[in-house]
Amino acid sequence: MNNDNELNKLIVDDTPYLTQITTKFSKRKAYSPVNLKKVCAVIPGIILEIYVKKGEIVQRGDKLLTLEAMKMKNVIIAQASGPIKSVCVENGMMVTKGQLLLEIE
Amino acid sequence: MSIKSKIIDFFTKKEKLSTGGGDKAIQKQVAMGKLPARERIKSLLDPDSFQETDLFVEHKCKDFDMDKKQLPADGVITGSGTIFGYPVSIFAQDFTVAGGSLGLAHARKITKVMDHAVKMGMPLIGINDSGGARIQEGVNSLAGYGEIFYRNTLASGIIPQISVILGPCAGGAVYSPALTDFVFVVDKISKMFITGPEVIKTVLGEEISMEDLGGAKVQTEITGNAHFYAESEQECFQQIKRLISFIPWNNRRKAQPLSTKPPRAHFDVEKIIPSEATKPYDIRDIIRSICDDSDFLEIQERWAANVVVGFARLNGETVGIVGNQPLVLAGVLDVDSSDKAARFIRYCDAFNIPLVTLVDLPGYLPGIDQEHAGVIRHGAKILYAYSEATVPKITVILRKAYGGGYIAMCSRHLGADFVYAWPTAEIAVMGPQGAANIIFKSEIAAAKDPEAMRKLKVQEYSEKFANPYVAAANGHIDAVINPYETRNTLIHALKISANKIETRPTKKHGIPPF
Repeated sequence: MNNDNELNKLIVDDTPYLTQITTKFSKRKAYSPVNLKKVCAVIPGIILEIYVKKGEIVQRGDKLLTLEAMKMKNVIIAQASGPIKSVCVENGMMVTKGQLLLEIE
Repeated sequence: MSIKSKIIDFFTKKEKLSTGGGDKAIQKQVAMGKLPARERIKSLLDPDSFQETDLFVEHKCKDFDMDKKQLPADGVITGSGTIFGYPVSIFAQDFTVAGGSLGLAHARKITKVMDHAVKMGMPLIGINDSGGARIQEGVNSLAGYGEIFYRNTLASGIIPQISVILGPCAGGAVYSPALTDFVFVVDKISKMFITGPEVIKTVLGEEISMEDLGGAKVQTEITGNAHFYAESEQECFQQIKRLISFIPWNNRRKAQPLSTKPPRAHFDVEKIIPSEATKPYDIRDIIRSICDDSDFLEIQERWAANVVVGFARLNGETVGIVGNQPLVLAGVLDVDSSDKAARFIRYCDAFNIPLVTLVDLPGYLPGIDQEHAGVIRHGAKILYAYSEATVPKITVILRKAYGGGYIAMCSRHLGADFVYAWPTAEIAVMGPQGAANIIFKSEIAAAKDPEAMRKLKVQEYSEKFANPYVAAANGHIDAVINPYETRNTLIHALKISANKIETRPTKKHGIPPF
């Protein structure tokens, strides 16, 4: 369904076409490259356990925390090495999809 | 017992079962803006044409005191009837009886009319209004769903299958409609989802209303799960009747022809279509000015509106029309529009409905989101569907037909039987702007005035390639036609293809990019 009847420009092969834009098209999210140092929840759930503290140095492959989601305890593992810059969650906290859990420097 | 008393006894039994869940439950149903199941069937079918089957069926469940509960008709009304005299098989779940919940007996009533529909070669209409599986029956209710899905799949492409969602249709239950050809929904009444708001809240902590999760608007505008949206049940029934009038009863027949009628809409190409290829118009204005009585039944009108699909008639015969819509997203093909068009093409091919394709598109939609959403795989569906189709395929290129979009929109190369182009057609690998920027890149960069040079080169390219004559010279199109002759040309092509036979090598089935 269209946003409204307003005509906008859509560029295909350097040519601007006058056309209506769909809601889905206008709601597109800009792409951002994956940052392995920002650990975000891939699924909503509850933080059961946190294995690291701020300032602690972790290696790639180390356990960071356990996120319970869909009755499954998911151990989240570091994808990058470095000191923990910040831990943004606490035990028992409910997190939403995409929420920042912790950051590695 | 005398014969008379036996007959009276029969009427008493029938009367009792026919009231479904009783007056109170029916009042509740009506208060929600919903018609009772039997009323729905009555509204949809020709007057007095409904013949019920399995009114006396009872469930066999003994657990949880179920043996003490009698469920009239086991919560689903089944039978057959006619619409405009055409035979149909029908079932309607009765929400007033145990919430329309599905147990094994309920499911077996449905599979019985499904089998009947396939055997008799008539459309199946299923009215869904159910709370879901009958929990007391446990795995038996799951078995019931499975038996329905299996039959939906086997009947696919043999008889038209129509699902009408007039209440909740949640969990596994949604997969029967998903396997059928056309899904009808009504505002504020239809609710379809796999997991409801309650589960989503407990498991994921996200709150959403049923309407926002899987209401009629969501299913017709966001997901594309449903094909027809109505404001009321009565409007929905009118839509179903209209659809039934366009499609054949089964895959061995052709749709019933009507007598030919000229279009009601006046056809003035110069007024409808702007001369510049970058300005939009509504492709439906062109469709309505070509088809009989300007009567066009659009399918999935609210979803992926950059492609328009639907049924119309030419010289009284049903045709399936696929047209790019320059008014929305410039008519590009993308993930959703490819999906929508491909499914429609396969429907037409399965049911002997000739395809008319109207082309005006700049190509596939560029973008990271499209690439990551799998536009390669989804875009391939339209190529597959057109190539696979053996019904008469007639293509008219109205304006732009660039690049991959040109190939995909039923080009000669995908097996079109007739390819026509208007004098306004531009059949080229891409638009003049893009092409000139690539081909003459160094000349433009080296020029004293690059902008002037670019304009010159765009002009040069436009004159040379942005027309139908290069394609015509190569035989890729059959004829350049006067736009005002489009209807007559299409009718001629349909007459010529009336006995088309095109065979394919035998195989179990292909592997389309699902």
